[in-house]
Amino acid sequence: MIPETDALAALLVAMMRAATPLAFAALGELITEKSGVLNLGVEGMMVMGAVSAFMVVVATGNPALAMLAAAVVGLLMAALFGALTLGLLTNQVATGLALTIFGIGLSAFIGQGYVGTPIEPLARLSIPGLSTLPLIGPVLFGHDAMVYLSLAAAFGLWWFLTRTRAGLVLRAVGENPAAAHSIGYPVRLIRFGAVLFGGAMCGLGGAYLSLAYTPMWVEEMTAGRGWIALALVVFATWKPGRVLLGAYLFGGVTIVQLHIQGAGVAVPSQVLSMLPYLATILVLVLISRDATRIRLNAPASIGKTFHPGG
Amino acid sequence: MIRLEARGHAAAGWVYGAPVLAVGLTLVFGAALFAALGFDPLEALGVFFLSPLNSAYGIAELAVKATPLALCAVGLAIGFRGNVWNIGAEGQLVMGAVAGGGVALALYDVDGWFVLPLMMVAGMLGGMAWGAIPAFLKTRFHTSEILVSLMLTYVAALALSWLVHGPWRDPEGFNFPESRLFHDAATLPILWEGTRLHLGAAFALAAVVGAWFVVARTFIGFQVKVLGMTPQAGGYAGFSQKWVVWLAFMVSGGLAGLSGIVEVAGPIGQLQPTVSPGYGFTAIIVAFLGRLHPVGILLAALLMALSYLGGEAVQIGLGLPLAVTGVFQGMLLFFLLACDILIRYRVRLGGKRRREVPS
Repeated sequence: MIPETDALAALLVAMMRAATPLAFAALGELITEKSGVLNLGVEGMMVMGAVSAFMVVVATGNPALAMLAAAVVGLLMAALFGALTLGLLTNQVATGLALTIFGIGLSAFIGQGYVGTPIEPLARLSIPGLSTLPLIGPVLFGHDAMVYLSLAAAFGLWWFLTRTRAGLVLRAVGENPAAAHSIGYPVRLIRFGAVLFGGAMCGLGGAYLSLAYTPMWVEEMTAGRGWIALALVVFATWKPGRVLLGAYLFGGVTIVQLHIQGAGVAVPSQVLSMLPYLATILVLVLISRDATRIRLNAPASIGKTFHPGG
Repeated sequence: MIRLEARGHAAAGWVYGAPVLAVGLTLVFGAALFAALGFDPLEALGVFFLSPLNSAYGIAELAVKATPLALCAVGLAIGFRGNVWNIGAEGQLVMGAVAGGGVALALYDVDGWFVLPLMMVAGMLGGMAWGAIPAFLKTRFHTSEILVSLMLTYVAALALSWLVHGPWRDPEGFNFPESRLFHDAATLPILWEGTRLHLGAAFALAAVVGAWFVVARTFIGFQVKVLGMTPQAGGYAGFSQKWVVWLAFMVSGGLAGLSGIVEVAGPIGQLQPTVSPGYGFTAIIVAFLGRLHPVGILLAALLMALSYLGGEAVQIGLGLPLAVTGVFQGMLLFFLLACDILIRYRVRLGGKRRREVPS
């Protein structure tokens, strides 16, 4: 039975790896949206995270530094978005789109010399005795650090949102900014913080793509994952645990279609590659069908500009 | 300390001043970017913005590139006015190319005046069909039209890739993933000998004039505007959000589809794995830069077309990556959105901060 459990373990591991970039980005966007801000620039922040992580790891060989750089670059991109939407009260949808267009262009621009450069993929954990156990060894103890970090982030954010006072304030700002402002909370500052956190997480999601999932840099390597992450937040009805579940589901769809392609089934590879995008539409339809459910869970002020001076 | 003071009314001057200021700021930051890369900023800006226009061919190319941008943006602007966010024009463009190109390939042996009009209609229908999916899901299931239209862009690109790699590949094409070259009967006539300026540019102009008429002179334009500003008011007046969603997606999908078939029946002349360098996305910038107004869109489309030509010019002239186009486009949209604040607010520098008294 060993070969079968090995194959299953490989499948699960691949699924978790495919899910990790989505989990990072969607968890970050979830916090941003909880504060009432919709940032459609996820794709742009991810792709900038991917290119900056790759450039740093080529220059220094230090993956931790590369992750840090990706988070900082994602944060800076988000700061640009925050300054525009919160400071200059620009339309959030249009500004987010601008961030994506800008990020894709800028990353291709600065990463031009790095296409085709090989790097060492992110090291995987290896605990003697545990990592070699059949099935649970690779699935539980055989990942790289970022997979565990994404799991910890999902748990930490759940705890933050539901169990801490700061989480409550964040939710209040997203539900009713006017009320939060009237009792003295600095609405725009809190929103700015949430936007920055979202950007850093998107940067990390991008870093996972270029450091571990496919350890290389190519233009637009995010291939719509930022948009899928945005869809995941809706699918998860703004709950961290369900974001993780959704990300794993999508990781599963991605890996299964790759395996079918690899097995040489007589379906064109392009048709199989459509599956993650079609699956996104399908889950969006299933979840949005129930309008009340979305209304009850979505932050009430999402996407609306708030300016205390009127 | 920078403070924002509400004007209480929109400043008409800045409605038109903001795009000009944004273009100016983009030039300044573009010069800084070129300087940071070690180029003489003025010379580099000259290569980017002026050198593409110093020949008749270059000016015709400007119109060729502005054509799909204007076609897509005119349609998108109608939706944006009504708060309907179709950001999948790129996908609708591709499906228009597929549907219209499919007609051209099906009628490969037919030589008749009707082939070209049939292709154009098929292209529009293809774009409309692709736009109908997010419209239907939005109106029936409240699904976000932003995400659905965007996801369908990837699906459309994969569908085109499959067709030109598989069933529609040129049988005499040495296995290149390209369709047969369209016959003369299936190619748009050239308007200006010696250039690539084709009949599609006239379609774009017609779309601009038509959109201007609809927006400014008809009840439909009024309905869209009202629903964009206050959805409830529209409801009371008896025209619904659903109607505007369908209208926006049918018009923008149809025009994006038309731009797709115009591209393949015009400058490209066959179906290829990629038929657009992101015109459908750039059209979003064009729509905003043009103030969602048809005439503004025409000017904005020409400017954005120049950013594509400029990107090619600095690639050849200075050895910079083509992606510099995207950098300029993104910067321009940022600055435009930021400058728009001047329409509704005064920006005050310094001064003591007024204590905000709850009224």
